[in-house]
Amino acid sequence: MFVALRDIRFAKGRFALMGAVVTLITTLVVFLYGLTGGLAAAASSTVAALPADRIVFGAPAGAAPTVSFGNSTVSAEQQAAFTAAPGVRAAQPLGISLTRLTAADAAASVSVLGSPAELLPPLRQGAAPQDGQLAVGADTARTYHLSVGARVTVGPSTLTVSAITAERSYSHAPTVWTTLAGWERISGQSRPTALALTGAPAAAAALDRAQGTTTVALADALAGINGYAAEQGSLQLIQGFLFAVSALVVGAFFTVWTVQRRPDIAVLKAVGASSGYLVRDALAQAAAVLLAGALLGGAVGGAGGLLASAAVPFDVGPATVAVPVAAMVLLGLAGAALAVRRITSVDPLAALGASR
Amino acid sequence: MTTTPQLTRTGLALRGVTLSYPDGESRLTALDAVSLVVAPGEFTAVVGPSGSGKSSLLAVAATLQRPDTGEVMIDGQDTGALGDRARTALRRERLGIVFQQSNLLASLTAVEQLLVLESVRGGRPAAARARAEELLTSVGLDGAKQRRRPHQLSGGERQRVNIARALFGRPSVLLVDEPTSALDHERGTQIVELLAEVTRTHGTATVMVTHDRDLLHRVDRVAQMHDGRLR
Repeated sequence: MFVALRDIRFAKGRFALMGAVVTLITTLVVFLYGLTGGLAAAASSTVAALPADRIVFGAPAGAAPTVSFGNSTVSAEQQAAFTAAPGVRAAQPLGISLTRLTAADAAASVSVLGSPAELLPPLRQGAAPQDGQLAVGADTARTYHLSVGARVTVGPSTLTVSAITAERSYSHAPTVWTTLAGWERISGQSRPTALALTGAPAAAAALDRAQGTTTVALADALAGINGYAAEQGSLQLIQGFLFAVSALVVGAFFTVWTVQRRPDIAVLKAVGASSGYLVRDALAQAAAVLLAGALLGGAVGGAGGLLASAAVPFDVGPATVAVPVAAMVLLGLAGAALAVRRITSVDPLAALGASR
Repeated sequence: MTTTPQLTRTGLALRGVTLSYPDGESRLTALDAVSLVVAPGEFTAVVGPSGSGKSSLLAVAATLQRPDTGEVMIDGQDTGALGDRARTALRRERLGIVFQQSNLLASLTAVEQLLVLESVRGGRPAAARARAEELLTSVGLDGAKQRRRPHQLSGGERQRVNIARALFGRPSVLLVDEPTSALDHERGTQIVELLAEVTRTHGTATVMVTHDRDLLHRVDRVAQMHDGRLR
């Protein structure tokens, strides 16, 4: 890095500009990455955190089953078949729908999940809801001033808060939990939406064919949440474009820089520097700029995200910063590597004569 | 890193070297059966008009260009048999080149222009600082000037750094390309006197190509180049 560091010190303005671009792109990617994670959690944490391995989706009579919580419905016969299937330790019915919660001083859109107590998130306070009772998430309880014993109206039913749980969310609406019978009254439906399986059926495909269901892993069931795949796909596409842009910008900068350095490279080659030495030096220079820019961008993005998390769904965690920073550095280095390849084609003969 | 085997310092020998370039559908002969032997401690000037083949001679001697035919021997080693890596290593360890323009790296100070060679050789630049400073002092550049960048030095001072850099690797062959082309007569004379001195004190086989006949009073031998032939 002998020449690399001295070049950076000498051409401070150019490298500061490049570093600033890396910083800005990294900040943007960290924001986007945190937002993607936050929106994913807001759309899916209720399902993603279920203590289950697989989800079974059914369909109304005459329709083909699809991975969709909106369309799915399962019968008691299907539940019995899955409960009895070899390899399945438990098949718990769950019903899920969106409605309105009205408390003493507030109203909010909520998702209601009706299920046996086994599917509830960890309880912070109180006891699992019985018939006529409701469990609410901690953030929801704080926002709407709810505590154990409070009376709320959920859809057409008036229920008593029996527990405060860890916060969960479905389709961007905070989830409240009740019994399956309570959910049927609230939603006006007579059948649960899906089954949550613990374990895996030995002959899942045959069972699905026989029962007219489709069974997917829990992670794949997230695609059954309305809008989830489109929302995540859009955000991830933007992230991908940003990463591609960053690699191109870094590559373009080092291409121009390498072209400008050709006379110096020719001299160094003429006095005995190998192409390997020069490429390593140039990559070390790129790594220094990328690391400085990406770490600063990560810090700015992380701090900004932390502040923003009070107002927007932003996933605050080490990965929110570490993944974009690492990706920026690696993709930037890939772009720089393509650019500094040109070093190998510089002819040291150019150092002779008056051509410089 | 590739290194050259231990060789006895025997200087530079070109034997029957021919070099031609494509020129439309024919070829232009730049060097025509050129032979030249320069012993250690000998200062030889190659003079001739522009286009006579002086730069081609230097390029071939510096192993920057392969001749069509003939031998280029450095310290007794035939460079024609060497691959690109070995030629690079030979330049690093056996050759010093003084360029026409000083060709210094803009981001490096005078002393760093020498230390970068230690880095290129895989050594620790910090450990070589004392020798680099000593060399710069020996070519007349001392004190604060050693910490200046090229744009802060005069043309003559830059050329002195250029010479010190060429000597840093303890070369046995010193190749000098029109060293005074960017200098006035007085500074040009000083540079040639410095080259004569370092040839004697460092025992290098020195070849200087120049078109300026006024600078030949300190050389041991003058070879005349004309249309690719050496006389």
